[in-house]
Order: sequence, then C-alpha cells, then structure tokens
Amino acid sequence: MFLDSIVDLLPELNQAFLETMLMVGIGLLVALILGLPMGILLYVTDRGLFLENRLVKSVVGMIVNLIRSIPFIILLVFLLPFTKWLVDTTTGPLAASVSLSVAAIPFYARIVESSAREIDKGVIEAAVAAGASPWLIIKDIIFPEAKPGLISGLTITAISLIGYSAMAGTVGGGGIGDLAIRYGYYRYDDTVMFTTVIVLIVLVQLIQYLGDFIAKAVNKR
Amino acid sequence: MITLENIEKVYETKSQRVIGVDKVSLTIQKGEIYGIVGYSGAGKSTLLRCINILERPTSGKVIVDGVDLLQLSGKKLREARQSIGMIFQGFYLVSSKTVFDNVAFALKAAGVDRAERKDRVLELLSLVGLADKANQYPAQLSGGQKQRVSIARALANNPKVLLCDEATSALDPSTTKSILSLLKKINEELGITIVIITHEMEVVKEICDRCAVMQDGKIVEQGASYEIFANPMESLTKEFIKTVLDFQLPAKLVQNCTGTLVKLQFRGNLAEEAVVSDMLQQHSVKGNILHGKVEYIREKPLGIFIMEIIGEQPEVNKAINYLENRVQQVEVIQGVS
Ligand SMILES: Nc1ncnc2c1ncn2[C@@H]1O[C@H](COP(=O)(O)OP(=O)(O)O)[C@@H](O)[C@H]1O
Ligand SMILES: [Mg+2]
Repeated sequence: MFLDSIVDLLPELNQAFLETMLMVGIGLLVALILGLPMGILLYVTDRGLFLENRLVKSVVGMIVNLIRSIPFIILLVFLLPFTKWLVDTTTGPLAASVSLSVAAIPFYARIVESSAREIDKGVIEAAVAAGASPWLIIKDIIFPEAKPGLISGLTITAISLIGYSAMAGTVGGGGIGDLAIRYGYYRYDDTVMFTTVIVLIVLVQLIQYLGDFIAKAVNKR
Repeated sequence: MITLENIEKVYETKSQRVIGVDKVSLTIQKGEIYGIVGYSGAGKSTLLRCINILERPTSGKVIVDGVDLLQLSGKKLREARQSIGMIFQGFYLVSSKTVFDNVAFALKAAGVDRAERKDRVLELLSLVGLADKANQYPAQLSGGQKQRVSIARALANNPKVLLCDEATSALDPSTTKSILSLLKKINEELGITIVIITHEMEVVKEICDRCAVMQDGKIVEQGASYEIFANPMESLTKEFIKTVLDFQLPAKLVQNCTGTLVKLQFRGNLAEEAVVSDMLQQHSVKGNILHGKVEYIREKPLGIFIMEIIGEQPEVNKAINYLENRVQQVEVIQGVS
C-alpha cells in the first residue's frame, strides 16, 4: 500500500523536484551574478581598503540589511506586484524564483563579504604596494583567496533557498513544498509527507557534501 | 633618493587623536641601506608606509626619486609604487597561488606580458635561490623561503627602492642572517636603496649604513650606524646599543677589584694597535682585562674593553691620561681618578 502510493506519486514528485531545482537554480544564479559583486563591493569599500567609500558602503549595506530583515514569507507577498510586472504571473516556479532571487542576493552578498574579510589584510596591502589596479586585486587576489568561502557560501545559500522555496510553495509557487502542503497538510497524507521530507533531506545532504568537497579541493592553505 | 619633509600622520578616532608620526624629516641617499629602529608603537611602520603612500600623511611631503608622490593618484601612483618594492614581517604571500604566480602577480600589475613574465620570474627566483620551488605553494615553504619569495616579488619590476617592514622579525637568527646577506647582495649588485625598519639592533649592525632611532612618532637620533654604536647620545639609543654591546660585569667581580676599573672604546683600526701593551710598558702599573669584545658594525671594528689598572694612584692616573690621549673613549667605572 505504501509502495503503491509512492509509485502513484512519482510523476508528481518528479515534477515537484524539477520545479524546486529550477527555483533554487535561478536563485543561485542570480545570487552569483548580483550577490557576488555586491559582496565584493561591500568588502572593498570598507574602511582601510583600497576602494574605501563611506557612502557606497553604507547605502549598499543598508539595502542588504533591509531585505534581510524582512521574513521571507512577507517578502514573497510584498514582491507580488514586482513579480507580476517582471514575469507576468504570480504563481508557478518562475514567479517564486523572483522573490527567491531577491532574498538570495543580499544573503549571498553578506557571505561573500565575510569570506573576503577572512583574507589577511596584509596580502591585499602587499598587492596595493605592488601597484596593482583594483580590478586586478579583486580578480587575482580576492577571488582565489576567498574561493573556498565563496563555494561553501553558495552551498549555504542553496540550502537556505530550498527552505525558502518550500515557503514559496505554500502560496502557489510549486515544487516540493507545494506538494508537501497539498498532500500532507490539506489531505493528511503521511506517505507523501514522509516522502517529501526524505527527498529534501537527501537533497540537502547531497548539496552539502558536494559543496564541502569542492571547497576542500580548491583550498591551497 | 627619498626625502621626507615634515611628515605627520594623525589618526582620528571617535574617542581620541593618535599621533602616529610626528613631523619627521629624513633624507635617504641613493644606494644606501637605511635603518629605522624603535620599540613597538614608535611609528616606524606608519613612517615607512608613508614612503609608498600606503598611508597618506596628514601633512608633509614625500619625494622619491625626484617625484612628489603626494601629487599623484590613480594610475600614476600605481606606476610609482611599481618602482618601490616592499616586504613585510608577515610575508603576505597569496596562499592560493604558487611561488611562480606570486612573483608573476607583481609583473602582471605592471602590465608585463605573459611570455616576458615567465623569463623574469625564473630569473628572480634564481636570484633569491628558490629556482626549484616555482611550483610549490606558500604553505609548503619555511619562513625564510617565504621571505625570499616576497623579496623576489618586491624586486619584480626593477624598483629603485626596497622598503622592509620588520622583514626579519619573524625569523630565527640564522635565517635572519641569510636574509640580511641577501638584502646586502641586492643593495650592492643591483644598487637598490633599502629602508629597513626593525626593533633589532643586530639588523642595523649587520647591514645599515645609517640609521635613525624613533620614539613616540619622532626621530630622536640619527647618523652613521658606526657613530650611533660608538657614541650614542640619547638614552633610548643607548638602550638599543646595549642589546648588542652588553658589558655587565658580575657584581662580585666588581666588588673584589682593588684597582681602578676603566672602560676603553677603540674605533676602527685602533682596535688592532697595541695601545694597552704600550700603556703597560710605559707606566709602572699592572693591568687585567676583565671583559672585551670587538664588534663589527657594517664590517668596521669597534672594540670595547674593561680593564682593571692596579698600582700607585699617581701612576694609575698617568696611565689613564695616556689612554685618554690614544683612545677615543675612556670611562672610569670604579675607583679614584
Ligand atoms: N590605523 C590606525 N589607526 C589608529 N592608530 C594607529 C593606526 N595605525 C597605527 N596607529 C598608531 O600609531 C602608532 C604607531 O604605530 P606603528 O607605526 O605601527 O608603530 P611601529 O611600527 O613602530 O610598531 C601607534 O600608537 C599605533 O597605535
Ligand atoms: Mg610596525
């Protein structure tokens, strides 16, 4: 009976899984494209660094804090008009990935900033003393030195996004969260509930393992 | 080569005003090795960092190789920095880059193309004696080797000046010696002007032509290293000199002396002349050498002896007079004179 209901569920589970992967994938990609530069910007404009700039640092820092202080479920609702404008719908995984991306950008930016801070200031200073341009320092010193932190930060972001995507699922975003809510919460279907939980656990473990593995492989210290 | 005029660096924090460097003026000649000594917090690093504008002085003028560096910014300043190498106590190598890439980075910063970089890096690595370590990572090197890599990186763009911030302070004595002789070689063979800051008088003794002593952001004394060692004026300088030339006699020995204790300081070749034996021959006194040492300050000998002179008081006084005429410095430590 148990197996039967899982087999029945498979097509839907499969689709939910793909939807989750899509949402998380888009969120991660946007985090990488926008959150990474934003994190670097937060770092290099800090006091004592080569692009020190009080104004930029505090404006960007404030935006980041602002978004991060809004609970995701509220952000989701708050962003509905924006989502509608951007993707012309407020349901489905694509719509959900808009708010996931907005949440992921500052989340990853802070991680990028703090992993850049781990770099010995002296190393940056030696590069400045060598007459290197800001861009060369970012590309050739900060990126490679912060790489393990940037990768494990991406892992943490991915895992958080899976959690957020489940929340997005509850308001019609699709994905595994949506499945769990529809079957587990509205229909008290324990089998589906357990299956989704197990899928999520395996997924998170897998991402964590992969992230740790890559982070370790690139670490030369 | 380097002229600092009235350099002042003030750090303003919310609660206080810290003066890092207090109106320092200094001229460093082309081709010399200049030492700046002082205890921690004296302002040495801040002063050194003003030379390549890692730290922008609050006021004053920085002229390096005829260029007023404070007038420069952006690309011009970066180009100026390429002709001023710098090494640090903490080495500051990029841990994710190989030895080769660490050195190549400085060349990249100067826009040297890839093919040229390769030859130059290998040339630099063999200059510092690390040709076989090109593909290792910093974590695989010893402290001395790391400092050699950072020297190679600092020399990459043929700088005219090399700034050393406590470059040997993290190293053991024998590694310190080898790094110092590498710096000396660089100075002699490449003609690079070297500014070295340190809290170790040994470093000054080994390689510095001239030196300055810093305290509370000010230079309290400066001059040729030999003169500083032979004739320190300020109490702080004397304290530093003592770390190299310590002449403490055991108290018991001093108590048991019946004669007059004198301290003689010989300069240069005098250390080789037979002043003491002449003195003993020409006066009816006896002499005991209790302590003696010849230090070589940048290869120039400086001899210091403590001797006990025993005899009739008038004759002892005559003997001391004789010494005073032939030796730069005679100091009666104990006994009537
Ligand atoms: N960034 C800074 N902010 C505030 N005070 C500083 C800063 N850098 C140095 N100082 C102060 O300036 C003084 C000189 O420091 P430093 O040049 O590092 O001394 P040294 O190298 O001789 O040990 C110290 O009192 C130190 O606390
Ligand atoms: Mg210092």
